[in-house]
Amino acid sequence: MVGTVGNIEQKEEEIIDEFSLFDDWMDKYEHIISLGKELPLIEEGLKTEDLLIKGCQSRVWLHAKLQDGKVIFTADSDAIITKGIINLLISVLSNEEPDAIVNADLSFIDQIGLKEHLSPTRSNGLVSMVKQMKLYALAFKTQLNNPS
Amino acid sequence: MSELLTDIDAIRAQFPILKREVNGKPLVYLDNGATSQKPQSVIDTISHYYEYENSNIHRGVHTLSQDATAAYEDVRKKVQKFINAEHDHEIIFTSGTTGGINLVASSFGASLVRKGDEILITAMEHHSNIVPWQMLCERRGAHLKVIPISKEGEIDIEEYKRLIGPKTELISLVHVSNSLGTINPIKEMIDIAHAQNIPVMIDGAQAIHHIPVDVQELDCDFYVFSAHKMYGPTGVGILYGKEELLNDMKPWQGGGDMIKNVTFEKTTYNDLPHKFEAGTPNIAGGIALGAAIDFINSIGFDFIHAHEAELSRFAVSQLRDIKGLRFIGTAKERAGLVSFVLDGIHPYDTGVILDKLGIAVRTGHHCTQPVMNFFEVPGTVRASFAVYNTKQEIVRLVEGIDRVKRMF
Repeated sequence: MVGTVGNIEQKEEEIIDEFSLFDDWMDKYEHIISLGKELPLIEEGLKTEDLLIKGCQSRVWLHAKLQDGKVIFTADSDAIITKGIINLLISVLSNEEPDAIVNADLSFIDQIGLKEHLSPTRSNGLVSMVKQMKLYALAFKTQLNNPS
Repeated sequence: MSELLTDIDAIRAQFPILKREVNGKPLVYLDNGATSQKPQSVIDTISHYYEYENSNIHRGVHTLSQDATAAYEDVRKKVQKFINAEHDHEIIFTSGTTGGINLVASSFGASLVRKGDEILITAMEHHSNIVPWQMLCERRGAHLKVIPISKEGEIDIEEYKRLIGPKTELISLVHVSNSLGTINPIKEMIDIAHAQNIPVMIDGAQAIHHIPVDVQELDCDFYVFSAHKMYGPTGVGILYGKEELLNDMKPWQGGGDMIKNVTFEKTTYNDLPHKFEAGTPNIAGGIALGAAIDFINSIGFDFIHAHEAELSRFAVSQLRDIKGLRFIGTAKERAGLVSFVLDGIHPYDTGVILDKLGIAVRTGHHCTQPVMNFFEVPGTVRASFAVYNTKQEIVRLVEGIDRVKRMF
């Protein structure tokens, strides 16, 4: 189990290294924008009301499924910067075991200087999205521990 | 009267916050529709109150309480003069526009509105002038009717006339739209309503700092606004109501200051205006509202209106040439703001990048989700002006938008 948490930390370290190359905010945001554009779009059919996380500013759709004991997240947003940050969160948390996701502290967002986007006052749906990702992981963890 | 202040540099110099930098750039503050910045005189009034006068009002026999009460009550008279109310007891201190609307919805609405009755609002109301009425309608089994708007963002007056019927008990209208900038023809609309003896309440939150308001000339039954959008502090607002209506209304909240005599069997209520002012109010804020009115009077609405209209005209002329920019709200009569969307770029993304450039605008639905649904946009970018804004700041906004467009 410890090994899995390490996996997430390793991915976070890679992102921190990647972002350390940017000298100014412009380069950083251009990178986030390109990450937003790269994010595979969620299937239109999945953009339903029950997968929608409403922010005041931007909207986020999040889908999760359990595959071979790991959680696979897909997500989308109507705002590109929000999508870029979703891309980072998914690259770190997706394809990991539920327990590791539940315990991830995601401090890398702070370390790459994007903490403001995970502030509740931004109201862009990202705070709720992280909470929702962890809730999915917790539900899958319970499901794995109590197979019917 | 001393000479009016019309030099923008001198006006700007009164606002300490305008000297600060944001993200390494000089601040361009274009979110005045959300709240305006405060001049030094307003800030000093608040400090002075806590340093020299702090005490509770309307109760103490000691000097501090007497001084604070006098200062607070002087502002009531100042507000009366500012909006030309007939009596100073028609001026009720509230927590803000929202507080004022809720007071009327709860007190006036509850005694007046019965099952099957109708309340009329426009399709461009702020949530604050929608939700209190919805709550009232739910409680009373009444119906909320909505006056439609055109694609320019103007009220359809013919439809308004058609919607007024024998069941209409109250009409609540926004004076200036916070998301579209439309100045509604409220005088004409009030006259139409009064021809059928229907009272009208006006939400003046976005009007009070842009245009002179004369409640007697308008003949509105209620007028509400907030101090913080007119260079004053947050947490203070005014409800103006006609004396006769206010006298007929039951108190909304019970507590100290609003009573004459309390026993466990029966309480008798205080007279106007105190009947509606339960509990210790925001005393410092109320007194500082007086300083905000003095600030506005030191410039005068002739200059304020002319300057802001020029800023709006300039902004429209500069933004119009940006490819892919679409204005939301193009009414003929508009005040103090431009609202727009950029083709293929989400307002949130625009707002984030503009912030990085030191430019504060509002993005999102501006608490008017029905308006956004009508125009089929997730939100807009809104640049809203105050008397201290300059054309150079609008040039910075235009440059910022160019940058945003290059990045996405």
